[in-house]
Amino acid sequence: MKLDAKIPGGQLETKWSSYKSQLKLVNPANKRKHELIVVGTGLAGGAAAASLGELGYKVKNFCIQDSPRRAHSIAAQGGINASKNYQNDGDSIWRLFYDTIKGGDFRGREANTYRLAELSANIIDQCVAQGVPFAREYGGLLANRSFGGAQVSRTFYARGQTGQQLLLGAYGSLMRQVDAGNVEMYPRREMLDVVLIDGKARGIICRNLITGELERYVGDAVILCTGGYSPVYYLSTNAVNSNVTAAWRCHKKGAVMANPCYTQIHPTCIPQEGDHQSKLTLMSESLRNDGRVWVPKKENDSRKASGIPENERDYFLERKYPSFGNLVPRDIASRNAKEVCDENKGVGSTRRAVFLDFEEAIGRLGENVIAERYGNLFDMYQNLTGENPYKTPMMIYPAPHYTMGGLWVDYNLQSTIPGLHVLGEANFSDHGANRLGASALMQGLADGYFVIPYTIGSFLASTELPKVDTSHDAFNESENDIKQTVNKLLSIKGGKTVRELHRELGYLMLDKVGMARDKEGLEETIEKIPKIREEFWNNINVPGSSDDLNKSLEMAGRLADFLELGELMARDALNREESCGGHFRTEYMTEEGEALRNDKDFTHVSAWEYQGEGKPHVLHKEELEFDRVTPSQRSYK
Amino acid sequence: MSETKNITVHLKVWRQKRNEKKGRFESYTVKDVSTDSSFLEMLDLLNEDLTKSGKEPLEFDSDCREGICGTCGLVINGVAHGPQQAIATCQLHMRKFKDGETLTIEPFRAKPFTPIKDLIVDRSAFDRIISKGGYVSTNAGSPQDANAILIPKKNSDLAMDAASCIGCGACVAACPNASASLFTSAKISQYALLPQGQPEATRRASQMVDQMDLEGFGNCSNHGECEAVCPKQITIANIARMRREFFKAALRS
Ligand SMILES: Cc1cc2nc3c(=O)[nH]c(=O)nc-3n(C[C@H](O)[C@H](O)[C@H](O)COP(=O)(O)OP(=O)(O)OC[C@H]3O[C@@H](n4cnc5c(N)ncnc54)[C@H](O)[C@@H]3O)c2cc1C
Repeated sequence: MKLDAKIPGGQLETKWSSYKSQLKLVNPANKRKHELIVVGTGLAGGAAAASLGELGYKVKNFCIQDSPRRAHSIAAQGGINASKNYQNDGDSIWRLFYDTIKGGDFRGREANTYRLAELSANIIDQCVAQGVPFAREYGGLLANRSFGGAQVSRTFYARGQTGQQLLLGAYGSLMRQVDAGNVEMYPRREMLDVVLIDGKARGIICRNLITGELERYVGDAVILCTGGYSPVYYLSTNAVNSNVTAAWRCHKKGAVMANPCYTQIHPTCIPQEGDHQSKLTLMSESLRNDGRVWVPKKENDSRKASGIPENERDYFLERKYPSFGNLVPRDIASRNAKEVCDENKGVGSTRRAVFLDFEEAIGRLGENVIAERYGNLFDMYQNLTGENPYKTPMMIYPAPHYTMGGLWVDYNLQSTIPGLHVLGEANFSDHGANRLGASALMQGLADGYFVIPYTIGSFLASTELPKVDTSHDAFNESENDIKQTVNKLLSIKGGKTVRELHRELGYLMLDKVGMARDKEGLEETIEKIPKIREEFWNNINVPGSSDDLNKSLEMAGRLADFLELGELMARDALNREESCGGHFRTEYMTEEGEALRNDKDFTHVSAWEYQGEGKPHVLHKEELEFDRVTPSQRSYK
Repeated sequence: MSETKNITVHLKVWRQKRNEKKGRFESYTVKDVSTDSSFLEMLDLLNEDLTKSGKEPLEFDSDCREGICGTCGLVINGVAHGPQQAIATCQLHMRKFKDGETLTIEPFRAKPFTPIKDLIVDRSAFDRIISKGGYVSTNAGSPQDANAILIPKKNSDLAMDAASCIGCGACVAACPNASASLFTSAKISQYALLPQGQPEATRRASQMVDQMDLEGFGNCSNHGECEAVCPKQITIANIARMRREFFKAALRS
């Protein structure tokens, strides 16, 4: 297999606009004849389904939740970037592009990242036109704030509920298309397979999560917008239903998986409180704008924060990174927090936490201003922990949050399966080895509103798509396979619950394939995961039946896929003998302890092809070419 | 984190099989619950116990578990989302309860919210209400620059207050008439307060209110129970605004 990213020629700045004007179009009367399957209703899926409906395609849109409005994008707090330069502080498309590609430690694609930066401004225009109530200044203009990894103020926000407001904007547009008859909504459905006919993605099979029935849907293309897979770590800031299942099933049908080991562990989360807790709550990193991160200088210091005098505190981010201070990118903030905790300077009952302190900001700006900026986050913290962050510093610890890896796509967002397009967090394309804050919302919406409406047209106009229906053998086969798996899961009736094995996998992943990785640990993981998998298939206890609403069964199916993905993540991490962004191999660091890339051997995307059960994946490389930027050692000093 | 201890709680939980007309309460005891754990984590523990003892776990909906997706929703001791104000069920923590306490847990009950299984109900009526006008009719494309229209901060803040509705349905569950007025008015208000919402304001109000009635939600008779349980503290001032918008629509038609 040869990976062709199909990056158009020409100048970086004009690639997208000239490419767009050359793309083939589908005539308006013909759009109605094309049925498109969009899986997912988050920012990527919601925006795609709505926009494709507006164009006149017949869209079927699926999600796990009971309503499209509840997709996990709803939980994004902090904001969305755009290179509007409203603040006159020197921002530009170029700068947003450069920050993003540098933030990703030069492991992303230039052309995709540039397009993303270019489209960012349209997104804000679009969302304001939809009535998204972004924060504003007294003069009536839009307000901005700065976010980790950037020196300009380009982040737009709606209190601490930016994802909610953007998603409700997309959801409104989606429901308008539902009312207009262009989009048919299928909530409470879980896609369990993609159906290939003549090598093209022509349908999906879903489990109706209320009745348990397996349902078949046919279309001319499948657009997968199913989000990220960080719950592979058990501990995650993602929603409890976030999963890799749809993407993984596509992977097993031929879509290669790119950079699975690139994960983002978010620095500002509320520490875990007990083993049964898997969902961790993120405190938006916008808090790092005004909060100062510190630990006691002394090891095992059990004094309260207020009892530790100023000169006995180590503001370790400000000390090590004087120009970015508390606003260093996430991977750096997280790893440093882990390091100080490893040095026994952690705080709180578990000693796996650092302080995030607002005393100085409250003194400088007053409690009112802080409440205005972060009120709901402070309330959330107080409610969760029982402590008042206006009075005592917050305690935070990193948690798995975002997965930069995902299904490989070309410039058109098409995977290696013709017709299967992948958008949003589910693809790998725009963030390299580390995503900067406030850029996932941007990517999801750019993909959904402004990229796929163009590229799907070109695919449809240039591809032969003979009429097929759900009685095709490929549907039968796929459905039979799913039935067998479901029956198997229900028949084992062993001694372990899904949660127990999920935890076992997750803790292993977090320990060995988390913030810091090494050869030994990765090899150990590759040895251990098959054992957990074996225990899963022989000793899992899934109660209930297949023809009913059965969340244990749903979770079991998702864990089965995580158990395969986890191993591939470890293999990918082992194979990548360098450190870059969120992938930190302790064997490869600079004298200062920063990620040490190996550009000579690893300036490529690692794309893994599935070979069948029990067979090792085959690695394909997409070499990354940097025409306009020169990869440099990332420095945030 | 402060003063953590483990407690035991007794539960009286509503259980109802799928397609079953009527459910019943069943009693369970959950031991060793940390007061730092959330209410739903306590139910997760119950489900672990049930699974291990060969019984069918309790079905309830949840997703983000941080109070924003609106998926979870239980009536706890007679109150939608439980005893603490301004939060969703998933944000409720066990430190609110005493050792040995008995808790009654029921689904959100209302005629338009048909039961699905155990604590899960069908709230798709809300989607249908939104589909009748809970948006600005603008296609993805190239609208004018985002700063071309100035919006007074006060209006945009008020619009944001209304827009923060999570669509959980607690307002309906708490209302003696099962009215969806708070939910519907929040969306109508958001757009009534913004210039982008003006061109369709009257159509929006009349269509959404009509749909609300069609779905079988009751009328608002100003009890204010909705506002008391709303996890996002959406106020009934929005209902007054909705009425104004609706009458404007009625006058013009
Ligand atoms: C707590 C939190 C805060 C964040 N804050 C920010 C922020 O401030 N700024 C920022 O830029 N980014 C933020 N992010 C990241 C960002 O929210 C996500 O990356 C982004 O929203 C993902 O959007 P998506 O559309 O790709 O997927 P999602 O929103 O996750 O949507 C996935 C959709 O796919 C559906 N789905 C999944 N699997 C299946 C299946 N098998 N069958 C059918 N349907 C399926 C789901 O039901 C859902 O509708 C945050 C993330 C988290 C977790």
